[in-house]
Amino acid sequence: MITIPNLISRIPGGIAQGIIWGIMALGIYITFRVLKESDLTVDGSFATGGATAVMLITSGVNPWIALLVAFVTGIFIGMITGLIHTKLKIPAILSGILVQFGLYSINLHIMGMVANVSCNPTKNKVLISMRNIPMAITVGVGFSIALIAIMYWYFGTEQGCAIRATGNNSHMALAQGINVNNMKVIGFALGNGLVAMAGGLMAQYQGFSDINMGRGAIVIGLAAIIIGEVLSEVIFPKGCSFYMRLFFVIVGGIVYYLIMIIVLWLRVDSNDLKLATAIIVMLALSIPNLRKGNN
Amino acid sequence: MLRIENIHKTFNPGTINEKMALDGVDLVLEDGEFVTVIGSNGAGKSTLLNAIAGVWLVDEGKIFIDDNDVTKLSEDKRAKYIGRVFQDPMMGTAADMWIEENLALAHRRGKRRGLANGIYPDERETFRHLLKEFDLGLEDRLSTKVGLLSGGQRQALTLIMATLQRPRLLLLDEHTAALDPKTAQKVLDVTDKIVRKSQLTTFMVTHNMKDAIIHGDRLLMLNNGKIILDIRGEEKKKLTVEKLLEMFEKASGEEFSNDAAILG
Repeated sequence: MITIPNLISRIPGGIAQGIIWGIMALGIYITFRVLKESDLTVDGSFATGGATAVMLITSGVNPWIALLVAFVTGIFIGMITGLIHTKLKIPAILSGILVQFGLYSINLHIMGMVANVSCNPTKNKVLISMRNIPMAITVGVGFSIALIAIMYWYFGTEQGCAIRATGNNSHMALAQGINVNNMKVIGFALGNGLVAMAGGLMAQYQGFSDINMGRGAIVIGLAAIIIGEVLSEVIFPKGCSFYMRLFFVIVGGIVYYLIMIIVLWLRVDSNDLKLATAIIVMLALSIPNLRKGNN
Repeated sequence: MLRIENIHKTFNPGTINEKMALDGVDLVLEDGEFVTVIGSNGAGKSTLLNAIAGVWLVDEGKIFIDDNDVTKLSEDKRAKYIGRVFQDPMMGTAADMWIEENLALAHRRGKRRGLANGIYPDERETFRHLLKEFDLGLEDRLSTKVGLLSGGQRQALTLIMATLQRPRLLLLDEHTAALDPKTAQKVLDVTDKIVRKSQLTTFMVTHNMKDAIIHGDRLLMLNNGKIILDIRGEEKKKLTVEKLLEMFEKASGEEFSNDAAILG
């Protein structure tokens, strides 16, 4: 029903889910903004993370360990994309598409050849669930703070700076003795590790993992990043520090999902949401280029 | 110090665009020698520099730095020995990173990059003093993004970065060509200062004959992928543009075809 109370009742759940998309977008931020590569692996690795976490949790493994395994699996997947790109010299975007495509089979195998595996929070121990929204938001915020702190630290280390230099100017990086191929592989690995971990959180939150749960993850991630950047420019016109930029990625994830909730509340057919998201992201990505073109 | 033995490089072999860029180059640079390299367009001067830097591998021949055979080493591995400044001021620095971050990256050239801090407070002090010494007005702007600097400032910064870890060999690839004359002069002054102070073995490619004559203590001229003139010592000191042109014509049997080099 299109009533205000109905909308308000949906907002807390929207925030919780938006935070998880924001965490996924932090992973995409590493490849898209730090390495300046478009990594389409994430549509597959998000589902892999969900599948891995759910299969482990339903077989009685501690959810923290399940999430860690999802993270490590994502790291491994990202390394494969990175190696295909750097060693076999296939463009990054195509390497990601190939891995993402192949992961469909692997994800099905992980889930025992079933397209959907449920993970009932009453029967299994989970970290985050839509059955308890305040708890879910608390857990999501906790994860976000920890991840932002770790990323802030990591990208200030020698290795993190080398990855940033690689994305910024590979000529300079090479001339300074940085092995740009290794840095790209590390970047793809970390990015997909975070995305898979977010997949593990999302599967627990919604109570199931699904073979299609990662479809469009890259677009949602980009939407979160760009919405976050627009908001940060409005609030901090003079620019802000790296951890604030990461914080705004999470905010972007939340805002993105709240927009989706409003659109759904307005009774827009949910099948049209993907088209709407695609158009919004296209417009947002094109604005800086159009501005440049006019100068 | 640097020893090059009979290197060859052909680009696009077997195609209509086939170009023999290096055709048997031999060269020995002594420790501390400052050599300037000149030649007309397409003579192979930048190609020779890129061969030394390892941008690609040569087809034939050997390259040694300090008796280490680097012929098969990749660009990033050779960076341990080599400091480089590019023609394009945008290429030598990371625009989105701060001045101090760029310097800190250069400070770790040739070293393993682990999880230690990317920059330490005492490094910051070192960088500040160093920048002050060169009077670029950058010492109080350590946390400014390099992208906000002028071309000349970026080129001077690249030069400082290339020599922050004393390189065994400094490669300068027409590093003032993209700058206005006044800025170019300033960057050349900084170059001379750094090279002389640290007694760096330097290989400077230039398109400007005057600069090639004024700077350095040895001059090489390339033509069609070969070294056709190698002038040093007293002869180099007495060199003039006219004399150099005359020598070029005698050595190559052609006229020098680069007005910018003669007039510049």
